[in-house]
Amino acid sequence: MAQVALRNIVKTFDKTPAVQGIDLDIADREFIVLVGPSGCGKSTTLRMIAGLEEATSGEIYIGDQLVNDVPPKDRDIAMVFQNYALYPHMTVFENMSFGLRLKKFPKAEIKERVQGAARILDITELLDRRPKQLSGGQRQRVAMGRAIVRNPKVFLFDEPLSNLDAKLRVQMRTEIKKIHQKVTTTTVYVTHDQVEAMTLADRVVIMNAGRIDQIGSPHEVYHAPKTQFVAGFIGSPTMNMLPCRLVENGSGLTVRLSDWLSLPVPPSRGGTLSRARRRRADLRVASRAHYRRARGCAARRSRLRGAARRGRADGHGNNGVFHRRRGGGLRAGQPRRRGTWSESRCGSSPTSTRCT
Amino acid sequence: MFITSLKSSAEISAASNPWWVYNPTLSNYADLLTQKTYLIFFRNSAVVSLCVVTITMLISVLAAFSLARMKFWGSATLATGVFLAYLIPDTLVFIPLFKTFAFIHDKTGIELINHWWVLIILLPTLTVPFCTWIMIGYFASIPKELDEAALIDGAGYIQMLTKIFIPVALPGIIAATIFCFTVSWANFLYGLAFTTSADQLTLPVGIVTTLIRGDVYAWGQIMTGALLGAAPPLIIYAFLMDYYIAGLTAGATKG
Repeated sequence: MAQVALRNIVKTFDKTPAVQGIDLDIADREFIVLVGPSGCGKSTTLRMIAGLEEATSGEIYIGDQLVNDVPPKDRDIAMVFQNYALYPHMTVFENMSFGLRLKKFPKAEIKERVQGAARILDITELLDRRPKQLSGGQRQRVAMGRAIVRNPKVFLFDEPLSNLDAKLRVQMRTEIKKIHQKVTTTTVYVTHDQVEAMTLADRVVIMNAGRIDQIGSPHEVYHAPKTQFVAGFIGSPTMNMLPCRLVENGSGLTVRLSDWLSLPVPPSRGGTLSRARRRRADLRVASRAHYRRARGCAARRSRLRGAARRGRADGHGNNGVFHRRRGGGLRAGQPRRRGTWSESRCGSSPTSTRCT
Repeated sequence: MFITSLKSSAEISAASNPWWVYNPTLSNYADLLTQKTYLIFFRNSAVVSLCVVTITMLISVLAAFSLARMKFWGSATLATGVFLAYLIPDTLVFIPLFKTFAFIHDKTGIELINHWWVLIILLPTLTVPFCTWIMIGYFASIPKELDEAALIDGAGYIQMLTKIFIPVALPGIIAATIFCFTVSWANFLYGLAFTTSADQLTLPVGIVTTLIRGDVYAWGQIMTGALLGAAPPLIIYAFLMDYYIAGLTAGATKG
């Protein structure tokens, strides 16, 4: 049981920056998911926590110990790899007990621990088989078993489900969550699959180009993305990004999406937006796809209806009904100004539009 | 070879059907196996080959492991160097080696020429580069995650080598062993150049030097000697082939 802390971690491979200054605090027993597109540095970060890569600069703490110069075997961590990395010449039992045998645990305890882990993972009857006699899902379970028996301070998962077929992936996802609820060890989990991130994580860390864009609960990163990248990355179908202009319209401000659609800015938000305007900042209205079918498809203009505001965008390759989320308003985000909108799309045009 | 080994000298030189043995005889075998020199050749060859195999495998497995997995300064260059060393033919090396040995004799008085055990020092110069090169390839094909998993499980480099790499790369190690044995068993040139006395010769050289007297070829005995000499590698092939074919990496990772 331990917390993990990263302090301004930088990693460069032959002058190519992979991770550019990461600060992250992971609480004890927390399930953290690092998510981002490939090449964003999430795996490198994980490998630095594991000790398989050396951080170019910065500090890594596991528990309260600075582990920068501690070799992997003394960090008391366990890792599950994308391609399982089972020892092919050993049986499942030998695979799972390898770490314990190296540490010279008494035989009885090894047996007890392996049996215990096998029960959790439901692989008791596979203990005498070799990896090549196992299916992908079973291999992944063995790989997790190998991690569990060590009873480490931290579990590290490096895209453990990417090699499984879609159905098994969903099943294993649930199981990983269940296992974490049983063993409650601090877990760092790397994936590029946002569904995994959203379903498994206590907190999601969204990385982009070697930096952390946002850390927050799945709910937070979905509903209140801090950057345009997060907004576009999380959620399926992705959020629409519409370019628009801020126009001064008599007394108040109006957000002009295109020639035929303009949305008045509520006075409460006017201040933020006029500051933005003075700085000639881009203003973007982002709309979150919303799984509700719209009935009022015929509306051609933006109009107010109670707390919700709807408008239909029509033409310009942009078909959709915009529906302002109840309770949410035009909101200034940083670094670019944009509002958070939700969209309920016309039943007949299922395409997720993205126009920039 | 087998047919000729069963013929008497008279029948070998007779103008009859060469594919048929009219008067099969085991006299060639009896002559050869009762000759003390032939048995000495056999013993010399066996000891030389076994020692060379042991030395080579010890050196090349360790060397290949470090070249394949530990990235240190110049490791890539060194790996290429190992390969280039293999490309130098032994016919090019034996004269300088001979000179070196003569020089050592002049300076220190240690006589290195005309001893069968000198081959134990000489033959690894041929086998080590090649075996190291094969093993580098084999070790490189072992997924990196496997040693990372071992590292995290708490293995040091030596444990990683003995508990993971050697068992997993066993087919490669066996292939290298077979090659190494064949080379040292069949090596002719170094034996011919560095040993001269009848009791210091190895099998291939011994057969040629003792069974060809002047221009008289004892064909029956030569063939018998060669056949018996070819037997050990054959037996070893047969035993190790099963392991050699069985790929052991299956199941380590996806695929």
